[in-house]
Amino acid sequence: MDYVTTRRSPELDEALGPGSPIIIFDRVSLAFDEKVILNEVSFTLIKGHTKLILGASGAGKSTILKLILGLLRADAGRIWVNGEQIDRMREEELMKVRVDLGMVFQEGALFDSLTVRENVGYKLYEETSAPLEQIDQRVKEVLGFVGLAEYIDRMPSELSGGQRRRVAIARAMAAKPRILLYDEPTTGLDPITALTIDDEITKLRDLEGVSSILVTHQLRDAFYVATTTAVRENGRERFVPADSKKADEAEFLMLRDGQVIFEGNASELRSSKDEYIQRFLS
Amino acid sequence: MFRLVEQWAKAAVLEVQEYLRLVTAVGRALVTRPFYPRDVVEQFDEIGVGSLTVVLLTGAFTGAVLALQSGLTLDQFGARSMVGRLVSASMVKELGPVLTALMVTGRVGSGIAAELGSMVVTEQISALRALGTDPIRKLVLPRMLAGVIMVPVLTAISVAVGMVGGAVVSILQLKVAWSIYWNEVIAGLYMQDIWMGVIKPFALGFVIVSIGCHVGMRTTGGTQGVGRSTTNAVVAGSVAVLAVNFFVTKLLIVLMY
Repeated sequence: MDYVTTRRSPELDEALGPGSPIIIFDRVSLAFDEKVILNEVSFTLIKGHTKLILGASGAGKSTILKLILGLLRADAGRIWVNGEQIDRMREEELMKVRVDLGMVFQEGALFDSLTVRENVGYKLYEETSAPLEQIDQRVKEVLGFVGLAEYIDRMPSELSGGQRRRVAIARAMAAKPRILLYDEPTTGLDPITALTIDDEITKLRDLEGVSSILVTHQLRDAFYVATTTAVRENGRERFVPADSKKADEAEFLMLRDGQVIFEGNASELRSSKDEYIQRFLS
Repeated sequence: MFRLVEQWAKAAVLEVQEYLRLVTAVGRALVTRPFYPRDVVEQFDEIGVGSLTVVLLTGAFTGAVLALQSGLTLDQFGARSMVGRLVSASMVKELGPVLTALMVTGRVGSGIAAELGSMVVTEQISALRALGTDPIRKLVLPRMLAGVIMVPVLTAISVAVGMVGGAVVSILQLKVAWSIYWNEVIAGLYMQDIWMGVIKPFALGFVIVSIGCHVGMRTTGGTQGVGRSTTNAVVAGSVAVLAVNFFVTKLLIVLMY
């Protein structure tokens, strides 16, 4: 059941079918006072694909996600999300666009006064009229998906860093959005926990058909998500190396000082001759 | 030097502009949907019931000390029996509203700024917006409603307890008869005084909570920023309480006396 998905016309639905762009950035610029954060950034996210945004701290990676959500407003350029131009929308109109977006914040940003159940089901409890039993069922389902079903009545303060990120992923996916945005979901985590987060991202993309943008400076995680695919066999999930077609669906975007300096797939990124990129990858 | 003054002036204008924007947004949220009644009830409990102890103690001791000091002065004129008149007039018109507002600023204004501030720096406010909830409706409006309604209620309680505190001192220490004290309490009050005591707390409640919310929502700079916001909310709130109290008093005197 779709809980809070936006109503779209059949024509727009057709236009946003497989292979069509679901997010478009067209020469987007943003500056705070004198400091330029983004300078004419352009890219397209295709439905069902993943965009991996790399760059050093302060390169403008997280800002891109905030612009997509409408949490920040661009100074120039145009942004389309799900067929709607959002860069000049008012806050009330943006609320409708956000219905189809899920965001995993850097530190999870869980509401510390609410339990895991209330955090995960927040959007459904507060912003929909779905029956409580149905919401509870969905909350248990998504917590099971991220392997934290037994933590449902805990408070966020009782969870480890990795568990908090996984609860944040569960919260972002609870209302079944068609686009998920991840802001450095593995930063500060140990490699094993980071891998479980990477697996969740891969599962959501490959098994749930969610389009995603992953902002990170953890190269290992970015390449893992780009080159791994999740498959379900006999009810069990497995993670296998992606074939070249699937790997091409994960496109890298590298930012430097607010500008795009590379756009392409994993093998193109690895073979780039750009000195900065080589230094970044080394 | 000129540059510093210019920067300060710009920052001050920006603060006022953002404060007015917040107040306007709250006004709009009040008359449109969605509305979160559970949060409003929670804030009534947090701001109203939660502040009861501090307000009771403040009221009782203020009334008591007022009776003590007034007794000394009135003795010079042989008018000790009129102590109830001074206690009631002072408590209803000034000390009740102002001291209650200052105590609520310390307890509630700082709490709101710290809570909202930490939500801002941990991106919980951004998460709320990303989940389709307007933080003004969910967090600010319930606190404003609770502040505007509960501060007058707390003031009424504080005034009542202050008069009782004054009575205890008057009767036990100043040896003024119970009936004389209460007769003087009533004789010292005019209708205009009561209106003044009723109207002022609404304005003060609004000022305390709106400043707490404004400062909290504009927090930057991590945990250090939260500490700064908490201090600013108390300082700005306390000064605003005294300033607004003066201007509202002046206005009410012009209108009613």
